Amino acid sequence: MVIPALVWLIFINIVPMFGIVMAFQDFNPGKGILHSDFVGLENFAYMFKMKDVGQIFKNTIIIAVGKLILNIVVPVIFALLLNEIKNIFFSRTIQTIVYLPHFISWVVMGGILLDVFGLYGPVNKILLSLGQDRIAFFRISGLFRTLAVGTDVWKEFGFNAVVYLAALTGIDPALYEAAAIDGASRWKRMIHITLSGLKPIIVLMSILALGNILNAGFDQIYNIYNQAVYSTGDIIDTWVFRVGLNDMQFSIATAVGLLKSVVGFILISSSYYIAYKKANYRIF
Amino acid sequence: MVEKKTIGSVVIKLCFVIILVILALSCFLPLLYNLAVSLSSKAAAEAGMVGFWPVDFTLDAYKEIMKDSNFLMSFAVSVKRVLVSLGITLPVLILAAYPLAKSKQEFAPRNIVLWIFVFCMLFSGGTIPWYIVMKNYNLMNSIFGLAICGGVPVFNLILMVNFFQGIPRELEEAAMIDGADPWYILMKIIIPLSKPVIATIALFTIVTQWNDFFQGLVLSTGSEYYPLQTYIKQLVFQLDASQMTQEQIKQMTSMSNTTLNAAKIFISMVPVLCIYPFLQKYFVKGITLGSVKG
Repeated sequence: MVIPALVWLIFINIVPMFGIVMAFQDFNPGKGILHSDFVGLENFAYMFKMKDVGQIFKNTIIIAVGKLILNIVVPVIFALLLNEIKNIFFSRTIQTIVYLPHFISWVVMGGILLDVFGLYGPVNKILLSLGQDRIAFFRISGLFRTLAVGTDVWKEFGFNAVVYLAALTGIDPALYEAAAIDGASRWKRMIHITLSGLKPIIVLMSILALGNILNAGFDQIYNIYNQAVYSTGDIIDTWVFRVGLNDMQFSIATAVGLLKSVVGFILISSSYYIAYKKANYRIF
Repeated sequence: MVEKKTIGSVVIKLCFVIILVILALSCFLPLLYNLAVSLSSKAAAEAGMVGFWPVDFTLDAYKEIMKDSNFLMSFAVSVKRVLVSLGITLPVLILAAYPLAKSKQEFAPRNIVLWIFVFCMLFSGGTIPWYIVMKNYNLMNSIFGLAICGGVPVFNLILMVNFFQGIPRELEEAAMIDGADPWYILMKIIIPLSKPVIATIALFTIVTQWNDFFQGLVLSTGSEYYPLQTYIKQLVFQLDASQMTQEQIKQMTSMSNTTLNAAKIFISMVPVLCIYPFLQKYFVKGITLGSVKG
């Protein structure tokens, strides 16, 4: 019964893994993988000399770390705030709205955001009415990482809050009553009961997120960046795509992609392992 | 619990409500803006007069789209792709999850097979080898290719395995004593009991397949094969000619069809909006299912 899934896995997931030999070849599409010249580690040596490569790793890590932190902090704060509101209709409505952006593709969201932040879009209209100059937001390299992190957090915070909201329902209401009787203020209750009740799940989510430190989000960046911000916004995945598939430098792009895959795999496996040890998290 | 209504606590609560409303509005207003632009007259939209309500209400953009064969073709490609991928993914995952949910005593290679799947979820050969392999399989420009090229959705498989494990063993044992074979048990007991997880995975599959633009872009040689999201990506990208002066951008914006693009973007969201109520019913369960087990 598992055979159909295994066949699928072998043909689509596993066969391409053998393609990583291309990283050690001077791959020539005319000759194919079997007959291209073997060059050993030359591609990697070349790669470390390219000044692009250092930059894209730096960009990737900066954007990914920003997302990692804020994608935990903002959803937790949101969950805490929402938890204080006892009106079910209100909190349902809020949840329905904030979960929605997660399910809209980055192509569409990118299109809308470029429009909203565009030179003639609503945001600039507000700036203009405040007496400021128009800003071409997505063209300023100094601003791009902030926007990338910000828009990602904006799109995902509702969805990321789901696990925390679920964990909040598990906190015993008797704790709040006891604390209130003992004279704990609203803030004290929020910090000592709600937040400490969330601590295990926050720790778990942080550990799991650490594995994604090389994933800055291809879908997002590819849909909002442009040449003007390559210096700060180009990440490993977008670079591999451009160099590999647009410029047809298959081998060098595969080498960079492989480096990312290997490091990423080690990071994610370790984060899963730590999560298993520390929080008894199991995948299956 | 009776809360003392001091002025301080009311003010704090009011602040919370305001923050939450602002957050929710920030999620909602950009979509509303897009809809408003698509329903406004071209002149109003290009003059930047449109806010969150249409100016000079008109359905012209939508009427025009109905005549745009490229757009309609891409829409059809996306719909077919979603259907084909559902038809493949669900049966394959159900078949695989059933034995994998058994204990090691009943299905000896269980753990090793699951670890192979997990390994493939965490490690990949990268974009370039994947592209070259897909090309060699002749999966370019094909709906079938788009439906399967993402590989096995391992995360969904694990979700299903975990759900199947939660079904009481006794049900199956009772059926076995009555002489039911595994196929019968799967069809008559497991599947009917697993409707929530099957629905979750079906909805996840629809959203992922509908929202993908990358595979459509890489695996198509011409725009007539593009799924809808890839088509939209090309639209937006053409608008974003990067190295232009502000004057050129202005000219370009005035030439491009703002309202038409907004309408296309909006239509591409409609299917997701339609299944969203069902999605919301299931995904909370879906996400929390995979987390910590005691």
